[in-house]
Amino acid sequence: MSDNSAPMRVSGPGAAAVLAAAIGGFALGILALAADAFPALARILNFWNPTGPLSGVTDIAITVWFASWFALSRRWVGRNANLQRINLAAALLLGAALLVTFPPFMDLLQGK
Amino acid sequence: MEISFREAVTIVHGMLFGALLLLSFAGAAIGLYAISTSTNSWTPSRGQRNFFSVYLAVMALLAWAAVLLGAYAIYPWYRAHPPAGTLDLAGYPQRLLLSNTATAGWHDIGMEWKEHIAWLAPISLTAVAYLFAHYGTDLRFHKPLRNAAFALLALGFIAASVAGFFGAMLNKFAPVRGGPIVVVMQETYER
Repeated sequence: MSDNSAPMRVSGPGAAAVLAAAIGGFALGILALAADAFPALARILNFWNPTGPLSGVTDIAITVWFASWFALSRRWVGRNANLQRINLAAALLLGAALLVTFPPFMDLLQGK
Repeated sequence: MEISFREAVTIVHGMLFGALLLLSFAGAAIGLYAISTSTNSWTPSRGQRNFFSVYLAVMALLAWAAVLLGAYAIYPWYRAHPPAGTLDLAGYPQRLLLSNTATAGWHDIGMEWKEHIAWLAPISLTAVAYLFAHYGTDLRFHKPLRNAAFALLALGFIAASVAGFFGAMLNKFAPVRGGPIVVVMQETYER
């Protein structure tokens, strides 16, 4: 318990933070891969020219992260969530994010 | 003793924000273990919990500061394109690395990986800071959330380590330099 008299907090808000971080990380990985694979998309993601497509990749990934955190927090507010399944989903998403940001794996997926 | 403005910004990015962040991971792991494991009988005071909450928040802020400064100040200097006919590529680190097959990999793998994986650090560390701020010692009763916090902390460490390693190596082979000269210390020699 956080305080001697306070009841234990429900797991929903924590689950939302964990899953949203994984969704944001996965979005980053997929956008990085897509920008590398499709020059037309890279040009669209070039939000700020000095930084290039990385600006769009990261801006969108952060927006996806915050939006999913907000949506999941609202969905699970005051509730307990199935943490085993959420942790599994988060691990898969973050594992995929780590893999697709690794350039040799990125090239492998594109058949380079 | 002089340094260029761009080198100074790179030092703030890597040696202040980045290195300080990497140093802080050991404290975060030990603190999280001590405070949130169910087998531990130690109950931290409110002040101790608040201190650790701020510690994790500062880690997340360091990670955000490092990636934002890296992506929006240093990376544009790194990837700048030289005017046609430029022979001295010292002021264009990306082009300098790609001009030699022996160093091209530092860009193709090093920078390409670093520029993306680094962002997983602030995202995961923000989640860790939130989990502790929201649950505190309640993490003792939510084992899956506690495991998630440790996993996110580990992910933040991996991401920051990869970014830090390649940042240091890139700066060895093709340092970002230029801009106004900053005099760090004036020395007087007696002849």
